[in-house]
Amino acid sequence: MILTYAIYFNFACFGAALLMTLVQVVSARDIGDRILALDTMVINVIALLVLYGMLAGTAVYFEASMIIAMLGFVSTVAYARFILRGNIIE
Amino acid sequence: MELIVEIVVAFFLVVSGIFGFTGSYGLIKLGDPMSRLHAPTKATTLGVGGLLIAAIVSTYVFHDHLSLHELLITLFLFLAAPVTAHFIAKAHIHRHEKAEDLPDPGPDPEWAVLHHDPDDVHRRTPTGNESAR
Repeated sequence: MILTYAIYFNFACFGAALLMTLVQVVSARDIGDRILALDTMVINVIALLVLYGMLAGTAVYFEASMIIAMLGFVSTVAYARFILRGNIIE
Repeated sequence: MELIVEIVVAFFLVVSGIFGFTGSYGLIKLGDPMSRLHAPTKATTLGVGGLLIAAIVSTYVFHDHLSLHELLITLFLFLAAPVTAHFIAKAHIHRHEKAEDLPDPGPDPEWAVLHHDPDDVHRRTPTGNESAR
């Protein structure tokens, strides 16, 4: 019972966090801020997926969140590298 | 016994939720770009770490098997967060800072990010324009 409420509380926290990163992606003034907001958004999505896996009681979502973690890391590095060098793979 | 584990997992969930919320709130609240870098890379990573600990404990106790995939995600995030923060900070220095305003680079002759090599055609100049080919 207490666990269900804790999971719902955590859903609310990470959902609000996702909305705030969305606001930051839309309204950021500089491209660096936008990349940072996208990176944070990926981390929040991982948290939401793991939480949904806990609620549903399956392990499928852990694999999905692992893949999203890797893709998020690679895409953040690629974005930062692109604004740094004007090129990703030289 | 079940109740104690449930309380522990709920505690981890609440703490991780607060950390995750704080991280993203800092992203829109803080004023300076480098302060903004500070909030999500640390607080959100810690929040996801707590959530994954809660997931490990709850699958071990309530579903009777110890799965360590979650630990893999934690490890990966703890490795990835400093690297992404370093890259974003480097891009910020490259685009917005001048060599005169930065502190002394120490034993190196200059800041490597701001070093301009005329032979490197892919390199952008610090103003953001493509260098001459």
